Amino acid sequence: MTRWQRFLRMAFAALVARPVVRLWLGVNVRHQERLPLRGPAIVAANHNSHLDICTLLSLFPLARVPDVQPAAAADYFMKGGPLTWIARDLVGIVPVIRGGVRAGPSGAGAGAGAGAVKGHGNDNGSGSGNRNGNGERRDPLEGCYEALERGGILVIFPEGTRGEPEQMQALKSGIAHLARRFPDAPVVPLYMHGLGKSMPKGSFVPLPVFVDIFVGRALSWRADAQDDKAAFMQTLTDRFASLRLKARPTRDDAHDDVDQENA
Amino acid sequence: MNAWFADGLFPAAQLPLYYAFGGVLVLLIIASVVSLALKRARPAKNYTELRQRVRTWWWIAAIFGVALCLHPKGAIILMALVSFLAFKEYLSLLTTRRTDHVVLLWAYLAIPLQYWWVWQNWYGMFIIFIPVYLFLFLPMRMVMVGDTRGFLQSAGTLHWGMMTTVFSLSHIAFLVNLPDLHGPRPLTGGMYVFYLLLLTQLNDVAQYIWGKCIGRHKVIPKVSPNKTVEGLVGGVLTTTLLAWLLAPWFTPFTTLESVLVGLLIGVAGFIGDVVMSAVKRDIGVKDASSMLPGHGGILDRLDSLTYTAPLFFHVLYFLHY
Repeated sequence: MTRWQRFLRMAFAALVARPVVRLWLGVNVRHQERLPLRGPAIVAANHNSHLDICTLLSLFPLARVPDVQPAAAADYFMKGGPLTWIARDLVGIVPVIRGGVRAGPSGAGAGAGAGAVKGHGNDNGSGSGNRNGNGERRDPLEGCYEALERGGILVIFPEGTRGEPEQMQALKSGIAHLARRFPDAPVVPLYMHGLGKSMPKGSFVPLPVFVDIFVGRALSWRADAQDDKAAFMQTLTDRFASLRLKARPTRDDAHDDVDQENA
Repeated sequence: MNAWFADGLFPAAQLPLYYAFGGVLVLLIIASVVSLALKRARPAKNYTELRQRVRTWWWIAAIFGVALCLHPKGAIILMALVSFLAFKEYLSLLTTRRTDHVVLLWAYLAIPLQYWWVWQNWYGMFIIFIPVYLFLFLPMRMVMVGDTRGFLQSAGTLHWGMMTTVFSLSHIAFLVNLPDLHGPRPLTGGMYVFYLLLLTQLNDVAQYIWGKCIGRHKVIPKVSPNKTVEGLVGGVLTTTLLAWLLAPWFTPFTTLESVLVGLLIGVAGFIGDVVMSAVKRDIGVKDASSMLPGHGGILDRLDSLTYTAPLFFHVLYFLHY
C-alpha cells in the first residue's frame, strides 16, 4: 500500500466515516477494548447496511485505519466506475471472487479449490467448501490470506449478504477456513444494532438513528475449534446469539425469538 | 453575525440571568460536595450513579448557561439540536417499517424547518406547522410508498414523536422571541426559559427526594412503581414555593399567578414523566438510552418538559402578551 493510499483511507475515515457515524448517527460501544488493534486479526460482524463498514472504520484509531480491510464481493464492488474507486481506494476492500474464477494454478495452500458450484451464488459462503479442488481455480480467499499475512485486521461479514434489517442469517463457513489457516489470529465477533434501520438495502441516505455496538470476546481456531469446522462455526454462532440478546430487544424481536423457540 | 444577533453578545438587558446562572453554579458545587461527602462517609455503598448524575448536570447547566447567556437566540439553536437528539432517540426505540425510510427522512427535515419558523419569529407558522401541515403531509407521503400493513401504527407513533420531541420542546425556544417587558424590572425571553427549565428540573429532583425520604403510598403503580403520593405532593409544594420566590425576578407574574404556575409546572411535570414512562414500558425498556450517564437517555431528562413547556408558554402568552 502506497503512502498515498494510506492517506486516502485515513482521510475517508476522518472526513466521511467518523462525522456520519458519530454526529449524524451516534454510536454506543460496549467493550471497545476488545477490538483488536494489531493484526493479524479477524473481526466478524453482522451485516445489514453499507454503513456497517463506515461504522467499523470509525471505531479504530486513525493510524490503524489503513490496516483495517473488509472482505467484500468482487462481483458487486469491482465492476468499475466510481463505486470501485470508493471500495478499493477509500474503504480498502479485499475483493472476494464469489463462486471462483478460472485462473492459472495458484498453488494456494490449504487445498482450497474454490467455487464448487460455479454460477450459483456459492451457497456455502465465500469459503471454499470443496477441499478436492483441482487447483486450477483461484482460491476466493487468496486476498484475505495476503491481508492477514501482511498483519492486517480483516473484517468479515460471515452472513455473506446484508439481508433483512436487524435479523441474522446463517453464517457461512469461509471464516472457518481463514481461522484454520491462521490458527492463532483472534476472531472477534461484533454485533451492530440499528444500521439496518438507518440505511437498509436499496436506500442511500442514512437515517439518523442511534447505533448500539457490542464487541464480544475473541475466539481462535487453536483455542475454540478442536480442529473441527462445525465446532468453530457453532461457537461463533453462539457468540453472535448472545451479543444479539444484549442489544436492546424491541418487542417484535422478543416475539420473534419466542416464535422461533416454539417452532 | 451582528445582523443575526442584534444587541451583540452577552446583552446587558439580561443581567439577572447571569446572576441566576451564578446561583446554579453554587447549587452544583453543593451537589458535588454532598455526593463526594456521601462517598467518603459511607465507602461501602455505591454512589456511582449519583456522582455520574451530578457530573451530567454540570454539563447540561454549562451548555445551557453558555447558550442562553451568550445571546437569547442561542436557545433556539440549542433546542433545535436537543429536538434532533430526542427525536433520534425516540425513533431508535421504535420498530419502524422499512418502507417508511423516506417518510422518516421527511420527518427529520421538519425539525430545522420548525426551528426556522421560531428563528423568524413567525408565530402563526410555528404553532400550526407540525400539528396541521406535517400531520397531513406524512400520511400522504406514506400512501405514496403504498405499504398499508401497519399504516395506522406507523403514522400514529411518528406523529406522537414529532409532537412531543419537536413541537412541545420548540415552545422553549419560542419563549426567547417574546418581546422584553419593562415593568419594575426589565424582563427578557431568556429569563422565562431559565425559569421554566429550572423549575421543571428541580421539580423532578424534589419529587425524587421527597419520595425517597417519606414515600409510602404508590400513586400510579401500574406505570411507574417508584412514584409515591408523598413524593408528588412534596415535589409540587416545593416547586410552587420556588415559583413564587423566583417569579418577581424572572417573570411578570403576580403572586397568585406565580403560585398557580408553580402548581401547573409541578403537576404537568409529573404527568410528562409518567406518560414517557408508559411509552418506555410499552416498548420494553427502562431507560431510553445511555446518552446521559446517571440519567439514562435524553428523553428521560426531557419527559417532564414535553408537558410543562407548551403549558407554561401558553399561560404566559395568555396572561401577559
